[in-house]
Amino acid sequence: MPFQKREFPNAFANLPKEKALALLETMVRIRAFESRVEELFLNRKIPGFVHLYIGEEAIASGVMAHLNKDDSITSTHRGHGHAIAKGARIDRMMAELYGKKTGYCKGKGGSMHIADFSVGMLGANGVVGGGYNIAVGAGISARIKKTDQVAVCFFGDGASNRGTFHEALNLAAVWKLPVLFVNENNQWASTTPTSFATSAVHIADRAKGYGIEGYTVDGNNVIEVYNAASALIEAARKGKGPAILECLTYRIKGHYVGDPERYRTKEEVQKHFTENDPIIRFSAYLKEKGMLDDAGLEAMKAAAVREVAAGEKFAEDSPYPDKEEALDDLFSFSPKEFPEVVR
Amino acid sequence: MAEITYREALNRAMDEEMARDAKVFILGEEVGEYDGAYKVSKGLLSKYGPGRVKDTPISELGFTGLGVGAALAGLRPIVEWMTHNFALLAIDQVVNNAAKMRQMSGGQLKVPIVFRGPNGPAEYLASQHSQAFASYWAHVPGLKVIAPATPADAYGLLKSAIRDDNPVVVLESEMMYAWKDEVPDEEFLVPIGKARVAKEGKDLTLVTFSKPIKIVIEAAAALVAKGVDAEVIDLRSIRPLDEGAVYDSVRKTGRCIVVDESWPVASVGSHVAWLVSKHCFDTLDAQVELVSGEDVPMPYNHALEIAAQPSVEKILAAARRVLYREDL
Ligand SMILES: Cc1ncc(C[n+]2csc(CCOP(=O)(O)OP(=O)(O)O)c2C)c(N)n1
Repeated sequence: MPFQKREFPNAFANLPKEKALALLETMVRIRAFESRVEELFLNRKIPGFVHLYIGEEAIASGVMAHLNKDDSITSTHRGHGHAIAKGARIDRMMAELYGKKTGYCKGKGGSMHIADFSVGMLGANGVVGGGYNIAVGAGISARIKKTDQVAVCFFGDGASNRGTFHEALNLAAVWKLPVLFVNENNQWASTTPTSFATSAVHIADRAKGYGIEGYTVDGNNVIEVYNAASALIEAARKGKGPAILECLTYRIKGHYVGDPERYRTKEEVQKHFTENDPIIRFSAYLKEKGMLDDAGLEAMKAAAVREVAAGEKFAEDSPYPDKEEALDDLFSFSPKEFPEVVR
Repeated sequence: MAEITYREALNRAMDEEMARDAKVFILGEEVGEYDGAYKVSKGLLSKYGPGRVKDTPISELGFTGLGVGAALAGLRPIVEWMTHNFALLAIDQVVNNAAKMRQMSGGQLKVPIVFRGPNGPAEYLASQHSQAFASYWAHVPGLKVIAPATPADAYGLLKSAIRDDNPVVVLESEMMYAWKDEVPDEEFLVPIGKARVAKEGKDLTLVTFSKPIKIVIEAAAALVAKGVDAEVIDLRSIRPLDEGAVYDSVRKTGRCIVVDESWPVASVGSHVAWLVSKHCFDTLDAQVELVSGEDVPMPYNHALEIAAQPSVEKILAAARRVLYREDL
C-alpha cells in the first residue's frame, strides 16, 4: 500500500561523523541490554512480564537524537529502548528489573514502568494507550511556561485503537501543541496482526482527520527516522503543532519473553531478522561511507556488552528493598517524616 | 465426576450455554484465534465460528459498550476483559449503561450481559496490572457480582450469569485458572446470591471470596492444629450478598475475621465487616477484624508484593486478637 510520502530535508547528511556513529551506538547499546535481559529472564534472574524492543532500535535512536534533556517523552510497556535512548543509565535500569532498591523505581515498577524522570521521561505506562494525554499535558506545560520544549509520545499500532488516541490527538491539534506522536508499527499487537484490528491502512493516515500532518517512514532505517523526526520536532518547537510519525518496523521477539509465538511462522521472523535488522542496515551504510570499519563496529558492540555486564553486576550487588518500603512513596511527603501533618 | 481446572470449568460453562442458546456470543481481545489470553475460550472459535467468537482491537471501552448495545438489542454477550485492570477503561459503559439503563427507563428493557476476566494480583506484574477491583463493581446498584473460588462454582455460577437477564460481573483470577477440583459431569447451576460453607467450625468465622480462599483454608488448618475450630464462609456472590449465611455463622461462633485482597478503604471486606458489626452486635465476643491488601499500589519486587497482600500469618494475627489468645 502506498503511503503519505514526503521528502524530508536530509538533516542526517549534515551530521558530523561522531553524531552519526552515536545514532548507531544507541541502537547497539539497546540491543546489548535487551539481549542480556532476555537471557537473564530465561535464567530466572528477572521475573514478570518483559517486552523487548529488539528490532525497533532505530526509532528510539533516530527520534531521541533531536530531544534535549528537558524535552519529555511518554513510554510504554515496551519501553527499555526509549529509556536508554533518552539517557537513562543501564545499571539502574537493570537494578529495577532485578527488583532492587537501587533501581530507578526502587524495585516497585519493574520492566513495564522503568522511567528516569531526571532525563525527561514522564513515566512508562503498562496500560496500553495511557501515554497520549500525558504527552499532550507536557505540551500544554511547555506552552504555558513559554518554553520551546516538545513532548514525544511513543505508541504501538495496537494502542492506536484506544479511545484515548482520539481525545489526545484532537486536543493537541486544536491547541496546536508541541507534541509528536511516534507510532511504532511493529505489525503485531500481542498476538493480533495490525491489519486484523486497525481500520486505517496506515496509522499516519489518521492525521488527516485531525487536520495535522502524518507521515509513514521505514522505521528500520534510522536515517529516514532521523530526518523525519528532525523536521517534525523542529516544526513542533516552532509552534506549528502536532504530527504523527508512523515508523514501520517489526517485532523480532515474542510479545513478551517466553511467548510461544504460535500465531506466526519462524520464517516470517527470520526474514525480518536477516534482511531488515536496523543495526545491520545502518552499520553497512556507515561502512560504505567509510565512517565505520569492522573493528570499529566490534569495539562498539564490545563496549556495550561491557556496560551491560557492569550494570548486571551493579544489580546483582545491590540490596533488595526492605519489606516496610512497600508502604513508602505514596504521597509526596512521607507521613513518617512529618507526623504532625497527619495528626 | 471428573477433576477439571477452574479454566476448563469456565470453558465448559460457556460452551454449553453457547450450544444451548444461539444468542450467546463472546467478544474481547484475543478470545478467538488465540483461545483467550488465559485460554479460557479455548476451542470455541473453531466450534462456533468467528460470528459468535469475536476478536476485538485494544478498545476496551468500545467493545464493552458494544456488548451493552448488543444486549439491549436482544443478544446475550459475554465480554471478556483481558484483565479487570483494563476494565477500568470500560467502566463508564458498565456503570452508566449496563447497570442503569433498565432502572432509568422505568423497567422497559433488560440487559443480559456477562463481563468476565481475571481480577486481583498475580505475580511480579507491578501496580497497574495487580489490582483487586471487587468493590468497584460491588459499589454499583444494578450490577450482580460473582466471585467463584472453585471449579464447580466457576462452572455453575457462570452458567447462571449467562442465563441471568441482568448484567453480571465475574471476578476470576490468573492464579486460580489452574486450580483443579471435582466437578459433576451432569449439568447443574449454582444460584447467584448464595454463599458456601467451605469448612464448618464453631469457634470463629472466617469470611472471604475469590483467591484468598486458599490462604483462609490454610489458616483454618493451622488453627485446627492449635485447637481452634474455625468456620470458613466463601461468599461466592458479592452482589447480591448472602448476608444470612454470614450472620448465621457469626451468631454461632461470636467472632469474625473478613479476608479481602482489595485495598481496605470502602472495600467489600470493610462493608461485610460493618454489616456483621451491626447485625451480630449482640452476639459478638470481639471486634470484627479485616485482613486486607495494604493501602498501597502493588510493588513489583516479590517480597514487597507479598508483604502488601493478605497472608496466613496476618490471618493468624487477627485470630489472636479476636480470640484474645497470644499463644496461637
Ligand atoms: C488497555 C490495555 N489493554 C490490553 C493490554 C494487554 N496488552 C499489553 S501489550 C498489548 C499489545 C500492545 O500492542 P501495541 O500497542 O501494538 O504495542 P507492541 O506490544 O506491539 O509494542 C496488549 C493487548 C494492556 N496492557 N492495556
